[in-house]
Amino acid sequence: MNTSVQETNEPVQMAEEKTARAVGINSPAAPRARVRTLLAIPVAASVALVVHLFVSKNQPAPETYSYSVFLGSILLSGVLAAAGQSFSSHLMRWMRHMGPIIAAAVSLACFWEVITSGLRLLPLPYFPGPAGVLQSLIDDRALLLDSAWNSLKLLLAGYALGVAVALVTGVCIGWFNQARYWGMPLLKVVGPIPATAWIPLAMVLSPSPRFSAIGIIALAVWFPVTMLTASGISNTRASYLDVARTLGAREPYLVLRVAIPAAMPSIFIGLFMGLGAAFLTLVVAETVGVKSGLGWYVAWKQGWAEYGKVYAALVIMAAFFSTIMTLLFKVRDRVLVWQKGVIKW
Amino acid sequence: MSASASEGSSLRVLGVVKEFPSPDNANVRTLALAGVTVSVAAGELVSIVGPSGCGKSTLLRLIAGLDSPNSGELWIGDVPIIAPSAERGLVFQDPNLFPWLTVRRNIQAGLVARGVLQEKRHEVDEFLRLVGLDAFANAFPHHLSGGMSQRVALARALINHPKVLLLDEPLGALDAFTRMRMQDEVLRLWQARRTTMLLVTHDIDEAIYMSDRIVIMTPSPGRIERTISVAQDRPRQRSSPEFLRLRGEILELLHFAGNATRDRSTVSPGVSPDAADGSPGDDRKPPEQADPAMVKQNTQSGAVHSLREALSSRKNSTSLLRHSGLPPG
Ligand SMILES: Nc1ncnc2c1ncn2[C@@H]1O[C@H](COP(=O)(O)OP(=O)(O)OP(=O)(O)O)[C@@H](O)[C@H]1O
Ligand SMILES: [Mg+2]
Repeated sequence: MNTSVQETNEPVQMAEEKTARAVGINSPAAPRARVRTLLAIPVAASVALVVHLFVSKNQPAPETYSYSVFLGSILLSGVLAAAGQSFSSHLMRWMRHMGPIIAAAVSLACFWEVITSGLRLLPLPYFPGPAGVLQSLIDDRALLLDSAWNSLKLLLAGYALGVAVALVTGVCIGWFNQARYWGMPLLKVVGPIPATAWIPLAMVLSPSPRFSAIGIIALAVWFPVTMLTASGISNTRASYLDVARTLGAREPYLVLRVAIPAAMPSIFIGLFMGLGAAFLTLVVAETVGVKSGLGWYVAWKQGWAEYGKVYAALVIMAAFFSTIMTLLFKVRDRVLVWQKGVIKW
Repeated sequence: MSASASEGSSLRVLGVVKEFPSPDNANVRTLALAGVTVSVAAGELVSIVGPSGCGKSTLLRLIAGLDSPNSGELWIGDVPIIAPSAERGLVFQDPNLFPWLTVRRNIQAGLVARGVLQEKRHEVDEFLRLVGLDAFANAFPHHLSGGMSQRVALARALINHPKVLLLDEPLGALDAFTRMRMQDEVLRLWQARRTTMLLVTHDIDEAIYMSDRIVIMTPSPGRIERTISVAQDRPRQRSSPEFLRLRGEILELLHFAGNATRDRSTVSPGVSPDAADGSPGDDRKPPEQADPAMVKQNTQSGAVHSLREALSSRKNSTSLLRHSGLPPG
């Protein structure tokens, strides 16, 4: 990074500087490739803004206003980031990485606006334009936030319960022959049933729908995490266990400090699969039972044919789920640092 | 560390037989050890040499208590060996470091396993320094070279102060200089504590340089061919006539063992360069068994051979190493 900052200060870069001036960017000289990267967001946002203003002449005023402000702020932050990046190498790295992706997202929104509000290729009210969705998001923000919060609570409770039980059962099945003999058939028969298929039974059995939803999510998480924990534990290299034994290790050490660390890569695969299963089960459980959360919100708004709000909820869901996924990746990177260089990272 | 009395215990292996099911046919069994009897006195250092596949590792695993014999008995002092214990440390042929632990944590694993980390924490640094890896304390095993990994494995076994230390080619992956330094370090540790040691090696020089007795094993089925005593004071000179005579004797035994099984290639490569040592100008007789093929091999590896000779002819090889910029012991 530092080297390229230095490069920008060298007079050799005069030609690029001219190019940059010609395009009207008020930034210090930069290699050509980076100029293109820098321009991506402002250009995409400007195009989207022009398209929007052109398309939305006959749209309701508040929608037009908020979407214009939205695109305008992207344009502004794009320009600011482009200008400010020579001061912060962190910002520059971020821009270099995220610039094209953000620009692509803005262009996609623009394309969406053209085929919906612009050319009206898709039937209303099922396919509102981006401006409508943004307006729904703003109008219903309190309820959406509340729903997201409720979903988060349900998800975390179910996921934590499922993982906790699965780690215990997985380690037992992977380590003890008795547990494997009895546990494996159960796992093989019960595990593959989609957790959502248990919903009718859970609703009968449990006093509250929230309670049954937590149980169902936990069940969905339990299967993959148990399976991969058990296989990770039983695949521990025998020589690691031999070494530990000759060092005086007893069974607790062998399980907790040899088999479990050795199984960690496998356990994390289970945790990721379990998280995916948890998202699915959460939304289904909220749709059919629980009277709150994002899944419930989507079903409810669909009943009223308020598709703008349905999409708004989907946008929130996407942000919400991907944030949680990213957090799990961060945890994995922390726990499995020792794998860096051992596997393709 | 300055205990003059032996920390070790005696070891007796009596008529031990170990069979393995053959990989392709479960009904056929390969005899890895056919009635092996060895006894090692408390505080003795005994080497085992022998061609690949003669059951050296199998024997060490039995003594460690990781496997049990088909018949025969194993005793530490007057206690039968039934399970692994921290009293019998084993350095495996592969370093087998825990990849999820840093070097420091690998070395202190034995302390953690025995629940004595609090009292013995200071020893971790001692052993890190001993194997010359203090700079790598926080590195993960993946970042170490093969020789460094072996040194960590050695430190990891030593930190438990075992009464019997079983070493399965612990210095195999080291370069000649580090190897000699580590030989002296292992000897120093052994002399300080009088741990009972059983050292498997492919390097005949190493066996003669270090041990009180050398057990020569032959394969198919694995058994003990002969035990040779080395009655020289330490530090030994690698070019003394007695040293070279012993080497000739051992090579001859291994050579015949190789012929007997019709597979001389099983004599490990570490053995052949040292096959014959009739360097001209030396005032000693070339060993009798030097057949033409072996003499030829010897001249090919002459450069390495004479370098080693030159080094070992110094009374104290570590002082030479110090001048060559290697970390002192
Ligand atoms: N777990 C096992 N299963 C089947 N056969 C085995 C097993 N372990 C060892 N053997 C066999 O026992 C014999 C002795 O093996 P061992 O590993 O003890 O040899 P070694 O003397 O240590 O050889 P090297 O010098 O190459 O390490 C070999 O023929 C090997 O195939
Ligand atoms: Mg071996």
